[in-house]
Amino acid sequence: MITPMLGEAWHAMGANRMRTFLTMLGMVIGVGAVILMLAIGQGAQFQVEQSIASMGSNLFIVQSGSSTSGGVRMGAGAASTLTIADAQAIEEFPNVAAVAPVAPGTAQMVYGPNNWSTSVIGTTPSYLDVREWKLSSGFGFTSTDVRSATRVALIAQMVVTNLFGDEDPVGITIRLKQSPFTVLGLLAPKGQSLDGRDQDDTVLVPVTTAQRKLFGSQFQGMVRFMMVQAASKEAMNTVERDMNDLLRQRHHLQEGTDNDFTVRNLTALANAAAQTAQVMSMMLGAIASISLLVGGIGIMNIMLVSVTERTREIGIRMAIGARQKDILMQFLLEALMISIVGCLIGVVLGVGGAVLVNVLAETAVVITGQSVLMAFLVAAAIGIFFGFYPANKAAKLKPIDALRYQ
Amino acid sequence: MVSPLIRIENLCKNYETAAGSVPALVDVDLQVDEGEFVAIMGPSGSGKSTFMNILGCLDIPSGGSYVLNGTNVGTLSKDELAHLRNKVIGFVFQGFNLLPRANLTENVALPLLYSNIGRNEREERALGLLAKVGLGKYGKSFPNQISGGQQQRVAIARALINSPRLILADEPTGNLDTHTSREIMNLFTQLNQEDGITIVLVTHEADIAAYTSRLVRFRDGRVEHDGAVKAEGVLT
Repeated sequence: MITPMLGEAWHAMGANRMRTFLTMLGMVIGVGAVILMLAIGQGAQFQVEQSIASMGSNLFIVQSGSSTSGGVRMGAGAASTLTIADAQAIEEFPNVAAVAPVAPGTAQMVYGPNNWSTSVIGTTPSYLDVREWKLSSGFGFTSTDVRSATRVALIAQMVVTNLFGDEDPVGITIRLKQSPFTVLGLLAPKGQSLDGRDQDDTVLVPVTTAQRKLFGSQFQGMVRFMMVQAASKEAMNTVERDMNDLLRQRHHLQEGTDNDFTVRNLTALANAAAQTAQVMSMMLGAIASISLLVGGIGIMNIMLVSVTERTREIGIRMAIGARQKDILMQFLLEALMISIVGCLIGVVLGVGGAVLVNVLAETAVVITGQSVLMAFLVAAAIGIFFGFYPANKAAKLKPIDALRYQ
Repeated sequence: MVSPLIRIENLCKNYETAAGSVPALVDVDLQVDEGEFVAIMGPSGSGKSTFMNILGCLDIPSGGSYVLNGTNVGTLSKDELAHLRNKVIGFVFQGFNLLPRANLTENVALPLLYSNIGRNEREERALGLLAKVGLGKYGKSFPNQISGGQQQRVAIARALINSPRLILADEPTGNLDTHTSREIMNLFTQLNQEDGITIVLVTHEADIAAYTSRLVRFRDGRVEHDGAVKAEGVLT
């Protein structure tokens, strides 16, 4: 029963090619747009998630507060109220996995004829744990290096490329601000951070070395900020409260005075960014779905025209024994076929378009089987939904009226 | 005693218009036995087309009863009526009413589409009937490629495909020239005499009615005359 009807629907589609094509175009554009938009949206989402993963999980940044000197208030981090001892105290909490104090700066590096200016991060071995940063070769510095402020460095990919080219840097001595440093290891590439900085353009040195031998801080043991990793996502609230209390106590802050430090929950910020990306992805999809809806209305429109045009044919079919459901099925199948064929073409164009965007605009795109399947199901549903009214109209015609129709 | 193929009693049909109810058929009684060949005549507006539509289960009467092949048509659902049209009745129209997009084989096989017959058997039976009406070679042709007379033969083949008991022909020669009309009428006569199919046809022309054996004349929604076809004189 269904097979000859499919054949008939196919015939009917071929009977008026231009019209079928134009009707189908609505579906093609709709499905293509949905797939393309979802691919772009999910690509953006994927990038954000990648950046978040590269940042490390369950992170806080604890920053020094501002200082006021002669009525001029300095920005956050200027006061240097945080110390390495604070970091060690925070690390004592059972819910804290690792703490890495950071004394950042910038330094010119020289190796042979090459030189390169890069950001220097003075920190402790915990930094690698907190940032979930792996070494691609060599090994990291130890707490002994931190204690004795040895001149050792871990360098990231960008620095390697600019200073060494293809040479293996491990074990080689370079100069940072004129002082010789031995390269202990090479950091694995990490890509862009959430705010778009290249995380691979950096050098890690022991925090003590940075302070005493590179930047000559006037307050030894003071750090600009520290990164704190909670043991679990659930523990983050507890850790935030505990750190707050501990630091207030350690800094002898009276009841009612402001904190001389700030605690920021990086993971929450990152999740917000991820959510934004997801909402954007959904919005792109939703906007594209509107064109799918318009395509569906186009199908309904043409099917209504078709039913009117073929009223006599419907009459003939009824006269020779077609039941209402046969007529209903015939027109429903036609609508369904237009939408599904349109959808298939749309999928091809959408995927092709996404690949093109990926190549030409160098934007990440993600095409999931799920989004293709969804577009397909929606197209089929639209075919049935918008095909039903005209098909039902055809089926409900009275045989004698349909047969007499001129 | 076999029951008649068609038994109609007190049949009425009114059309509801803005001006009120207009009677098209009034108290029609008619019996047609198996194997009869009946001509229905009457001036325009006499109710003969309405009568044919009801006879063909395309329209429903306002009153009275219609028993076809032992079934009281008035009690049937739409699907059951469709089934009757498919299996028991074959239609032949004045305008042929073939589907222009389908070839002749597909046109003839069309009723089988609604009676669950496999593809091969559909084709086989359609080609057999095309051969029977003398168009065996035209299976792949399309309606617009053949003459009117040939189209009417295709329509007759289509009407025959489900081996109906009754063929209803509504002015089947109305669009044809005299020569072709004669051929079509000979075909009907053959079907009636050799295959025993009951045929009821509507016509305006006396010489077409002359092919039949019984004449029913309508006037103003009533049966005015019902009797054997004899001489030309009866037909005026």
